[in-house]
Amino acid sequence: MTTTIDNPVMRPVTTVPVPVTTYLTPDGQLVSSVPVGASYADGTHLEWGDPLVPGAVVLDEQVAPRASWSGVVRAGQVLTIVDVGGNQSGDCLLYNADHTDERYSAPDTLAWQDNAYIRTGTVLRSNLGRALMTVVGNEIDRQDTIGGACSRESNTLRYGHHVMYHHGCRENFLTEGAKHGLGMRDIVSNINWFMNVPIEEDGALGIVDGMSAPGRRVALRAEIDTLVLISNCPQMNNPCNDFNPTPLRMIVTEPDVDYEVGQ
Amino acid sequence: MALAADHSTDTVLNARADARAQGGQVSDWMPYLPASTSPFAPDGVDPESLTWAETVAPGSYTHKVLARGTRFRLEDPTGEACAHTLVYNALEPTERLNVADTQKIPWQAYLGAGHPLLSGDGRVLATILADTSGRHDAFCGTSTAAWNALRYGTALPEGPAPAGRDLFVKAAAKHGLGPADVPPSVSFFQGVRVAEDGSFDWSGSSGAGTAVELVAELPLLVLIANVPHPRDPRPEYIVGPLRVHAWRTPETHPTTPADERFDASPEVRRAYLNTLDYAEARGL
Repeated sequence: MTTTIDNPVMRPVTTVPVPVTTYLTPDGQLVSSVPVGASYADGTHLEWGDPLVPGAVVLDEQVAPRASWSGVVRAGQVLTIVDVGGNQSGDCLLYNADHTDERYSAPDTLAWQDNAYIRTGTVLRSNLGRALMTVVGNEIDRQDTIGGACSRESNTLRYGHHVMYHHGCRENFLTEGAKHGLGMRDIVSNINWFMNVPIEEDGALGIVDGMSAPGRRVALRAEIDTLVLISNCPQMNNPCNDFNPTPLRMIVTEPDVDYEVGQ
Repeated sequence: MALAADHSTDTVLNARADARAQGGQVSDWMPYLPASTSPFAPDGVDPESLTWAETVAPGSYTHKVLARGTRFRLEDPTGEACAHTLVYNALEPTERLNVADTQKIPWQAYLGAGHPLLSGDGRVLATILADTSGRHDAFCGTSTAAWNALRYGTALPEGPAPAGRDLFVKAAAKHGLGPADVPPSVSFFQGVRVAEDGSFDWSGSSGAGTAVELVAELPLLVLIANVPHPRDPRPEYIVGPLRVHAWRTPETHPTTPADERFDASPEVRRAYLNTLDYAEARGL
């Protein structure tokens, strides 16, 4: 069972799957093992937005709630990610598209800029210290790269073993990475677009209520051809998606002019 | 020329005698074999129980596979060591340190006594049992060649300022692992703290003679690169030797429900339960 989002602006228009995993209970009921509320509630306000950096659109796709996505952003192109429903964490990994042993490195990104948060101007660096992408536009105060990705396994630590079969971002990364020959060894500390992880003075840190809103965006200019993996976070147990998973929109533009940070 | 003048190596027999004459020397940094001969056995540890004893040279690296339950101790004798550390499940090395989970699951960004080093698979690879330094870092990782070239003008692996990542890649290769198997690492003995605006405040070392002690919760591959912290503000590539000891006795054991730390928090309790479950199923 699927529903189609009516949005003629985007191409191609993809479909949003609705959970269909079913179990026939002894009393004859068909029920889903996917928790109620795994996809956004009726009436949720959605803002589909526009590219943050103007230019010819070369790709425009939706990422359904709970789903994964990948694409290559060529050097010079700009990827706009739209937080369509607000406070929807887009867990993100980046790779040198031609040589995936070179991949996003949270510690290098942070150490080079001497700051623990991602903001406009942050250079997203690889494990070789090279620039993969630059944040050229950003509509929330700060973006996270410390909180990591949820997984079935870490969920058992955080919430208990009863959530073992909940979907998680690491599952999405494995699914999506496999399309590019990537596996367990290729999943490293990631970026969480639109997620809020403050670090307090005593070192306490955690995922708290987001600072984003429907239609807020971040724009990333590729410095080299970059493979982007996204997990539209399906977490049901913390505020990384307002407990209401919503779509993301991915738009790649070929900027009309060289676009600089903060332009 | 000066070196050659000191050696008589014109025939195989002379060359052999010359080479053999060099044995038995000591260096400020070297492994001690057998480990029981370490001149620096930790206080209270029976030297006969040592399974690893080494002083790691500044700017170099070491690596070892440790049995489950082994205790290991990293010591900074000069206050200048920086032990960039990676740990893997030696039986299935796709299970490796996950820095994000190590900070997120305990709700605490700064490493210290009692902190688990978590894998991405919901298990504890090692637990920090004791810590007299308190200056560690799980944010900044280790240095890359690009960073060291910028900071020190050189990053050649054979040169005076090798990068931590390049050393990790070599250490990993010696266990059949490739560059993709080197994830973000943690470092001991040189600390940073995060200011309110997110900037890193350098806290550096807490001085000579501090140590951290850990226990291997699973069969453990340990990789250590002893290089300056990437945010060390000094213009020179400064790093001191790092002392490593590991031992097994009837008292050393992986964490069990009998240990107080097992129940330190609901999150860590479940992590230990997952670890014991894995070990039990594998017959460890």
